[in-house]
Amino acid sequence: MIFVIELLVSFFLVVGAFFALAGSIGTYRLPDFFSRLHGPTKSTTLGVGGMAIASAIYFSFHGEGVSFHEVLITLFLFITAPVSAHFLAKAARHQGLHKDKPRMEKNQGFSDK
Amino acid sequence: MPEYRKSLFLKNRWLPHPLMTLVLVIIWLFLVNTITFGHLLLGTLLGIAIPWFTNRFWPERPKIAKPFLLFRFFFITFVTDVIVANITVVRLFLLPDISRLRPRFIEIPLDTQDPMVITILASVISLTPGTVSSEVSEDRQTLIVHGLDVADEKTAVQTIKTRYEAPLKEIFSC
Repeated sequence: MIFVIELLVSFFLVVGAFFALAGSIGTYRLPDFFSRLHGPTKSTTLGVGGMAIASAIYFSFHGEGVSFHEVLITLFLFITAPVSAHFLAKAARHQGLHKDKPRMEKNQGFSDK
Repeated sequence: MPEYRKSLFLKNRWLPHPLMTLVLVIIWLFLVNTITFGHLLLGTLLGIAIPWFTNRFWPERPKIAKPFLLFRFFFITFVTDVIVANITVVRLFLLPDISRLRPRFIEIPLDTQDPMVITILASVISLTPGTVSSEVSEDRQTLIVHGLDVADEKTAVQTIKTRYEAPLKEIFSC
């Protein structure tokens, strides 16, 4: 494989992996339910998106013609991620979770101000 | 079935949703990853059959008044904002002092009651900077959005309305 292609594939893989990791860190660090929803819906979208681009480039230059499956993966992710986040948030609101004060946790909680 | 809907149903009996048919054919060709006559035929068959069987779930067709604007909205505004959203949110996640965030709910008054437009608007909001849409009020008048770091509610609402709602309203002409 050409060096430039390898470089591109590695770049997108690293970018994707970085965003997936950052999304997980965010989910871990944030103190309340609604803020935690931000992690998986965004960073995972671009995280998986980056990996899908890497995969598309890799398989397109691997002899079997242009690969379109990744476009579909990205498309379905972008349709389903906000919908599931919306359902989770809606269910949590109906449970009255938004009325709670954010809980203080050691070194990572919100102040009440 | 009301009279007007019956007439619409009969008029478009074989192709109730031409746009959906086209999209389904393209998705089928992407799925099999080859363009041959056989798959084109099979895709067309599916593209006609699926809208026909799911017709009751989609009583109205979406009216896309400005397809070019839709294209520009998705490939320029939306793609840039998704990338910016990720960088912004990642920076917030990795703040050394996470208690500096100001998470809160904001209420966005909606100018349109079209379910299609509200769905797209809510999805776009969820995928862009620091906001997740969490509920539509029952009368479809307000959209409740959770912001991760909201400095000022008024400017946040104004940004969402001018950047996303206005173009969507123009595209779907309502």
